[in-house]
Parts: sequence; structure tokens; C-alpha cells
Amino acid sequence: MSITNHPDPATLISFAAGTLSEPLAAVVAAHAAMCSCCRREIADMELVGAALLLQHSLSAQPARSGAAKPLRGRVARPGPGAAHAVARDRLPSPIARAYGLTFATIPWKRLGPGVLHHRLPLSPGTEGDLRLLKIAAGRRMPEHGHGGSELTLVLDGAYSDETGTYRSGDMQDVDESIEHTPVADQNAGCICLIASDRPARFKGIMARLVQPWTGI
Amino acid sequence: MLGTAHDARPRLRPGPARRWGSMSDLLSRIVTDRSDEAFRSLFDEYRPRVRRYMLQQGADGDLADELAHETLVTVWRKAALYSSDKGSPSAWIFTIARNLRIDRIRKQRVWQELTDEHAASIPSEDQPADSMIDQQQRQIRVQEALRTLPAEQIEVVTLAFIEGLPHSEIAERLSLPLGTVKSRIRLAYAKLRDALEELR
Ligand SMILES: [Zn+2]
Repeated sequence: MSITNHPDPATLISFAAGTLSEPLAAVVAAHAAMCSCCRREIADMELVGAALLLQHSLSAQPARSGAAKPLRGRVARPGPGAAHAVARDRLPSPIARAYGLTFATIPWKRLGPGVLHHRLPLSPGTEGDLRLLKIAAGRRMPEHGHGGSELTLVLDGAYSDETGTYRSGDMQDVDESIEHTPVADQNAGCICLIASDRPARFKGIMARLVQPWTGI
Repeated sequence: MLGTAHDARPRLRPGPARRWGSMSDLLSRIVTDRSDEAFRSLFDEYRPRVRRYMLQQGADGDLADELAHETLVTVWRKAALYSSDKGSPSAWIFTIARNLRIDRIRKQRVWQELTDEHAASIPSEDQPADSMIDQQQRQIRVQEALRTLPAEQIEVVTLAFIEGLPHSEIAERLSLPLGTVKSRIRLAYAKLRDALEELR
């Protein structure tokens, strides 16, 4: 499987620096779980963070002095076969782990004709919106602009818009300058993970998508 | 501080290369002899930096102390695990501090893996594991390349990584359009990446 659409490097830098908002970071983590190129990029960006942490002069803000307390205690040792049994599920492992879901157990709710969704809860007080979206084959989504950043990761099937076709593993990284009209694949439809850092804007999109049905 | 738009001078120290070598030795000493002295060296080297990082991200003094301590205790506890994964020690410490900051200061779910988890998640047929030495070289290369960046590019990456500002807040802080901030970040990273590419 070859992934051709990756996050903007500026988005990956935010992710590596830990400044990307929670819902957007979730989608980048999900993409990274599917994309070894981006895992590699993120690791390189973390080297940049480390270099800056070490290099940055301490003179501007002297730290309070204090002695290191000697530590005694158990040392973690690698367990047998630690960590890397990677389950092959179409739901990326970060999302599966965080929400205790598998691709087969997503509790879809009908949002309108040909549109199902499942909203993934964010930490209290966190702005934005994170959800799984399942669009029936050939269904057209209304044209919309973006009030903030929006990230879409295709998990299954595909969709197309003015900028191209997005298939499983592909990420579309758009900001407020983009207007587009996504259409789900004619045969397979599309299941994607979608995040926005501006809830109001996203609700507007969703409302238009499901009119005259309600219930976001 | 890089807090004001007119003060864009990079604050880089000369002669960092030696530091990476000593850091790597330090981690191996922590792994092998678990001496108080090794821990004290680690603590002396990193605690003020991690503490200041936490302060810049909005922690008060007590929380910054606590999180700096917790970062280094994690290093101490997991050093044996880490040595088997052969990443850059400093990147590992950075990712521990970053994740603690997201969890405890921003109080949000942490989606970023630690550096050692990355290394583990890369399938071996896809990407042969780098040796500790290679990672050390990559770290040094990044360090060198950073010093060749124009001040305005160092400024934006520092605001992102060290002060923890999202792109929109960097734009506000520097009175620049968001697009300019993003393109400076992309340019800076492209140069660093070129430098690393030579090692691949
Ligand atoms: Zn990618």
C-alpha cells in the first residue's frame, strides 16, 4: 500500500513539538501508525526539539538550585516479546487503544442519508471535534470552506475532490484557504477519521451535510 | 528570551558536539552501574533545562520542579529498556518531557509516542535499526545544521519546540501572517532534513 498524501511538514512539526491541538494530533498519530515515512520524519523532528532543548541558553532564566536526591528502586527491564504485536486492523492502533474500539465495533449512528458517524470524546475543556465518518458510495458532500485547520485521514475506501483522490492511509491537510467538494468513491464509499480545531465551523459543515435532518 | 519580535538573535552555545558524547556515556553508565553519581550527572545536566522548558510552557515553579524531576526519574527507571532501542538519548528525554507537559500542563490526551516507542514501531524489514552511534551522529548533524539557519528560522522553531506555541500564536507573537510562520518552519525543516539526508 503506498500512501501519497501526507500531512504538511508544518503540521508534523507541531505534532512533534507537542503544540498541535488534541483532535488534530489524534489524526496525525493515526496517520503515523499507517505511514513509516511520517514516523521517520517525526523522529527527525524530535531530534530538532532535543537539540533546541540542550542548546538553548540557560542564562536568561537561571533555574533554582537543588541537589539531586539519590534514587534507589526497581529498573524496568524489557519484558518478553514486549510491545510490538501490531494488530492489523483498519482502525489505526492509537485510536483503537485510546477508545477501546476495533474497526468492526465502531458504534455508528445515522446522521443522514448515506452518512454515519461516531464522535470520539476529547479531554474536558478541549476545543474542536474528532469523529469517524462513513459516507456511502458516490455520495457528494456539500462544498465548504474551513474556518480553521481540518485533517482528514482515509481509513477505508476513498474520496475525491478538486485536489485529487484520497485513498486508505492518505491524509488531507487543509486550512482556511481551501474550498472543496469531496465525493465518496463510487464503489467502496469512504470511511475516514476527521478532525477540526474549530467546533463551530465543523458543526456548520455537518449541519449542511445532513439537512434537513438534525442531531449533531 | 525570544519573547519579543525585535529580539530575534539565536541563543546557541558554541561547542555542543562534546556534549552528545558525554550524554551517551552518561546513559550507558546509568544502564550499567546505576550509580548515584551517574544519576547526579544526568540530573545536573538536564534538570535546569527541563525545568525551564516546563516554566515556558506555563507551569508554576513547583509544578516545573515536579515535572523536571519526573522526567529524569522516568529516564532513570527506563534506561535499561531504552538502551535496547538505540535512539538518541536527548531525543528520548525531549519526548518524555513533551509528553508530560501535554498530559500535566495542558491536561490533554497524549497522542505522541515516546522516541523509544517509535523506534520499536518501525518494522525491521522496512527500516533497519540505527545503531546508537548513528543516532548520535544524526543528533550532532541536526545541532550543526541548526547553527547555519537564519535567525528568523531559528526563532520560529524555538518558539514551537521550546516555548510550545502553536503556529497561530507564533504568528500573533511575531505579528506575522500565519502563512509566513508556516513557510519559515517548512524552510527550516527542509534545511535540517537535507543535512540528515547525507547520513541516510
Ligand atoms: Zn505520511
